[in-house]
Amino acid sequence: MNRIESRINPNSREFKENKAHMEALVAELKERVAQVKKGGPPHLHEAHKKRGKLFVRERLKLLFDPNTPFLELSPLAAWDMYNNEAPSAGIITGIGVVHKREVMVVAHDATVKGGTYFPMTIKKHIRAQEIAMQNRLPCIYLVDSGGIFLPYQSETFPDRDHFGRIFYNQARMSAEGIPQIAVVLGSSTAGGAYQPAMSDEVVIVRKRGTIYIGGPPLVKAATGEVVTDEELGGADVHARISGVADHYALDEPHAFEITRNIVENLGPAQKFELDRSEPEDPYYDPEELYGIIPKDIRKPFDIREVIARIVDGSRFQEFKALYGQTLVCGFARIMGYPVGILANNGVLFSESSLKGAHFIELCTQRKIPLVFLQNITGFIVGKEYEHRGIAKDGAKLVHAVANAQVPKFTVIIGGSYGAGNYGMCGRAYDPRLLWMWPSGRISVMGGEQAADVLVTVKKRSMEKKGIQVSEAELARLREETLAKYEQEASPYYSTARLWDDGILDPLDTRNALALAISMSLNAPIPDQKYGVFRM
Amino acid sequence: MKRTTKTVTKRSVKTMKQPIQRILIANRGEIARRVIQACKELNIETVAIYSDVDKYSPHVLDADMAVEIGPAPPTESYLNMDRIIAVARETRCQAIHPGYGFLAENAEFARRCVSEGILFIGPTPEAMALVGNKLKARQTVMQAGVPIIPGMQTRTQQDTDLEKIVQQIGFPIMIKAAAGGGGKGMRIVREFKELQPALEASQREARSAFGDDTVYLEKFIERPRHVEVQVLADAHGNIVHLFERECSIQRRHQKIVEESPSPALDPDLRQKMGETACRVMEAVGYTNAGTVEFLLDADKNFYFLEVNARIQVEHPVTELVTGIDLVKQQIRIAAGEPLPFSQEQIQQKGHAIECRIYAEDPENQFLPSIGKLIYVQEPQGAGIRCDSGIYSRMEVTHHYDPILSKVIVWDQNREAAIARMLHALSHYVILGIQTPIPFLIDLLSHPEFRSGNLHTHFLEEHFSGWKPRAQESERALAIAIAAFMDSRPRKTTVVSEEQRMPTPWESLGRWELLS
Repeated sequence: MNRIESRINPNSREFKENKAHMEALVAELKERVAQVKKGGPPHLHEAHKKRGKLFVRERLKLLFDPNTPFLELSPLAAWDMYNNEAPSAGIITGIGVVHKREVMVVAHDATVKGGTYFPMTIKKHIRAQEIAMQNRLPCIYLVDSGGIFLPYQSETFPDRDHFGRIFYNQARMSAEGIPQIAVVLGSSTAGGAYQPAMSDEVVIVRKRGTIYIGGPPLVKAATGEVVTDEELGGADVHARISGVADHYALDEPHAFEITRNIVENLGPAQKFELDRSEPEDPYYDPEELYGIIPKDIRKPFDIREVIARIVDGSRFQEFKALYGQTLVCGFARIMGYPVGILANNGVLFSESSLKGAHFIELCTQRKIPLVFLQNITGFIVGKEYEHRGIAKDGAKLVHAVANAQVPKFTVIIGGSYGAGNYGMCGRAYDPRLLWMWPSGRISVMGGEQAADVLVTVKKRSMEKKGIQVSEAELARLREETLAKYEQEASPYYSTARLWDDGILDPLDTRNALALAISMSLNAPIPDQKYGVFRM
Repeated sequence: MKRTTKTVTKRSVKTMKQPIQRILIANRGEIARRVIQACKELNIETVAIYSDVDKYSPHVLDADMAVEIGPAPPTESYLNMDRIIAVARETRCQAIHPGYGFLAENAEFARRCVSEGILFIGPTPEAMALVGNKLKARQTVMQAGVPIIPGMQTRTQQDTDLEKIVQQIGFPIMIKAAAGGGGKGMRIVREFKELQPALEASQREARSAFGDDTVYLEKFIERPRHVEVQVLADAHGNIVHLFERECSIQRRHQKIVEESPSPALDPDLRQKMGETACRVMEAVGYTNAGTVEFLLDADKNFYFLEVNARIQVEHPVTELVTGIDLVKQQIRIAAGEPLPFSQEQIQQKGHAIECRIYAEDPENQFLPSIGKLIYVQEPQGAGIRCDSGIYSRMEVTHHYDPILSKVIVWDQNREAAIARMLHALSHYVILGIQTPIPFLIDLLSHPEFRSGNLHTHFLEEHFSGWKPRAQESERALAIAIAAFMDSRPRKTTVVSEEQRMPTPWESLGRWELLS
């Protein structure tokens, strides 16, 4: 494969400005992540420790194989929501390694409102299960939760993707042979009691773990019976009397030893074999990514410069290089794994859409995972293009993306607007994982365009009613719209609401993709149903 | 033999009081493993050193401790005296065993060890320096009455004493250009009347080729044999020999097959050569294990060539016929112990043969053959010894001496030993690179080899333009099958862990987003 020839000038003023800008964005990101990694407030940490319990991140260290990666998901979930009282939405999720198997971990942080479920906690929990299901990863639940955060019951209890879905997913995964393991390290109350109850195997810690449908206060209110936590649902009750738990641990380290033994006995994963080459570092320095992404993301830049800093040896075999040039397609390798890359280099025209659809078909036929690098304002608009059928050509790309059976991964490195988000495998198109860069922006259209559209619509509707709108009022509407879009298009707004699986430092992209591809091979890649046809 | 004390530099008695507890082995491959084995049997701890490409070499795994000393080029690793001595100090080794090659015959290194208070397992730096200087060594042994190849230098054709000199040397005579090589100016003269014209022709050729008409007369030894004698000398003045090895089968001065006893020696000659070898070692003040090399002509005259001041590649041959572990003796001598046996107690029993297995292609001028070993299976069975530095899936690089291993066999007589060696070679499987095994099989099967008619040009005479026989296609098939088995996708449950390319989850180590 040929090496991409880089044309950047790291000494240019522009490069240096871009670099300084991206460094500031990444510094802000790191600071925010470091902040949420602390979990709840210090006094709750102390209370937690006094109860003889370990902080959730210490628990993960005991669970995972030493010196292995941990691919955490959405650490900034619920950022700037709920008065910032739910760092990481009170739950840690991510993929780590236990006895050489890649596993999904869902772990409550009891220092955050007693590990109770906010709406985003549920969304994060269910997203982790969805990833586990798609990629056939054993699930380990580190349970230490008081159940639903009652003030938000209407947003957490009744709907399809609310609390009940967690147990539905456990049942479905168990049926598919994806192991479900619960480790009860603290409360597991009410609905939460079903987390261990729905698991294949349950470990419980003596004098720390409790499982009950109704806690002592509820029992007293309902029947007048007075019981202690331990009598009602402690480790001895469940390991000796009820049979809700299977393994009795003396303390937390013991619990993780047992859990590791359980995973060891699952045996090795049956991973799907891809044609793998010897991994090779990118030829060009990935650190240069910082200077390549323009400070103003609306400015054009060559996406190949980004590809060159992510793939093995900076080698890229471009497909249809001379056709539909606003979408760059081609084959490459990431840490030895073959990938097909689709990356935006401008607005999507009919030709670029057709090219993308054709390329996706090649990859699905050959069972090559797809990587989408999004920087897309949308499909082209205008009379000429509508006449030429941009809608049906765009639909072909969306069609191909939606039906592609190979693992798909999406990184939003710049804009992600409108139907461009769909054609480039946005959240709705089930990429196995989707990340944003700090430079990413996501909304139905750009703020400027949205403001112009709204002002025009408002003016016209008022004119119909015979009301003259003042220029000042229109300007105010415009400003408000811009501000709202500015806020809502931010990667932090997105990641807080689980529209993505996390914000990446661009330098982490290669490792994250490699881990993700390897992880995805725990599930077989099925045969694609359609043949290759030229459109 | 008990030597006179004046030629002996006695080691300080201090070494006797402190037994060696830990040895650094300044080598790699099969010889490092051989030394480690001896140390283990003597209950001595071992420290291996390795260059970065040798990280997974067997000697690293065998040793009690292993230290990386630098990158692949020998000058930066196995020849890096400063680093090796520093490692020996850091790991508190009392002694260094240099093996063969690398620093084994480097007098400067031996001197450095001595001055750092580390025992060098080998001769003293003085003896090493002396035998390392070929001219001085020859002069020294000549004075002790050891025969060397007769010869003289002549500058002009007006030499009146020519006849006298020629008579001293005896025909046939070889004329060589002093400045040259490549056969230029070389003449073989068998009769006196041919001498003058040949001299003139040689000088003319030498002048036009090298600008110097100095020529050199030397006794021409036709079809010589290379016969060497193993010697052990302790620091208490005891010197014994452990009989001879015949190493006539050579290519470009590289030995390929060695054996003991030599089919050319009778008991009288054997005794005479053994005693001469001891005299050589006495004359140069040698201690520890060493070898005295001789050329033997068709009339059973032998001439001193040089001293090899190290344990030699072919030492196992002597070990098998005498039952004496030479490496252990080296360590004991270095520790100041006296030899535990006298000359009379050493017996030569049966017959041993060694074949060297190099990483080289016998079909392609024996050029180096490197790459990954797909599969290795060593010969086993009664009387078969395999000193090896390789294993399946190991990478053979171009950085070092191409020796992979040695097959050594013992049986009651030469004929039986040859049969046993043929059996061993045909059961030695090395797939992935080329080795001379098929060539060796043909060599040992050759009637001239079997009848013991050996000389140093044996291969040129009988094996130039050698090609493998047809059954080599079977070997090609075996390689293809092994390569196929290796590349075939397997169920995860049967892929052995070290065979699979590590996934990023295994290779990245501790890694987290944004940390």
